[in-house]
Amino acid sequence: MKLTINGEAREIAGDRLTVMDVLKEQKVESPDMVAVQVNGAFVARPQYDDLVLAENDTVEFLYFMGGGAA
Amino acid sequence: MRYSEAQLERYSRHIILQEVGLEGQEKISDAKVLIIGAGGLGAPAALYLAAAGIGTIGIVDNDRVDISNLQRQIAHFTDDIGREKVISAAAKMKAINPEITVNPLEMLLCADNIRAVVRDYDFVIDGTDNFPTKFLVNDACVMENIPYSHGGILRFDGQTMTVLPGRSACYRCSFRQPPPANAVPTCSQAGVLGAIAGMLGTIQAAEALKHIIGIGQLLTDSLLTFNAAAMNFRKIPLRRQPDCPVCGANPTITELVDYEQTACALKH
Repeated sequence: MKLTINGEAREIAGDRLTVMDVLKEQKVESPDMVAVQVNGAFVARPQYDDLVLAENDTVEFLYFMGGGAA
Repeated sequence: MRYSEAQLERYSRHIILQEVGLEGQEKISDAKVLIIGAGGLGAPAALYLAAAGIGTIGIVDNDRVDISNLQRQIAHFTDDIGREKVISAAAKMKAINPEITVNPLEMLLCADNIRAVVRDYDFVIDGTDNFPTKFLVNDACVMENIPYSHGGILRFDGQTMTVLPGRSACYRCSFRQPPPANAVPTCSQAGVLGAIAGMLGTIQAAEALKHIIGIGQLLTDSLLTFNAAAMNFRKIPLRRQPDCPVCGANPTITELVDYEQTACALKH
């Protein structure tokens, strides 16, 4: 299916992909390392397995960065 | 004329900027900025804001300079090892610009003291090194309606956004809550390219100056992320989330609470 992932148009094999499927496909090490937005709306962690993406959805993974280099 | 000849010369490169001018420089002189953390992000921000002539700069930290800090925390020199970071940073800021007031605040910010600290300032720079404090800074700034700049770095990556409380997306709109402890490595665990701290801290300083002068477009409703290995920069559009627990329509966070492993409990 066609998705825009982190700003890039992508064609990912499969349909009825969930947020978690895409995180895995994108090799995100752990779902705890990112915050997710689908079409600009925040997606809570417990929904990652349930939220099925639609064709042409825009998915963003925002990586948590906690460093201030102390 | 409030400026002496020497001051006009000191700030001449600002004053000749059409968008700044004498009026803009006066706004800078009248401004109060709080820098939270005198580390990798706070150090470069502190030096540039002092150089710019921000009238009052508060700088908060409760740590002392360690030799491992010197690779990136450019306000601290080898002779400062063992000194309080806020004292070390304040000395460099005053050396660059003796005309400004620096408030070195050697303290741990936590739920019961942060609001009283941030409310004295016009803009806050988050240069903290842990998630509990980053969320605390966000919530305190939202509750006190103080614009602030979020910043985070790790390895070769950096991210920053500017928050105008009630008007643009806050950190919690997009990140919601701290990740589980140890899910995301810290700079001390994973490392960081020293110059990244300077890249990000100076972006934060520029945002503070733009806000104070009232020029340009602030980095609001977007997260600037960069990867310095590829030297890719990207602005991710964000928007205020109506269900944000702190700045949304029905906030569930109405008082500050310290998360586990908060700055107050954190021992370096």
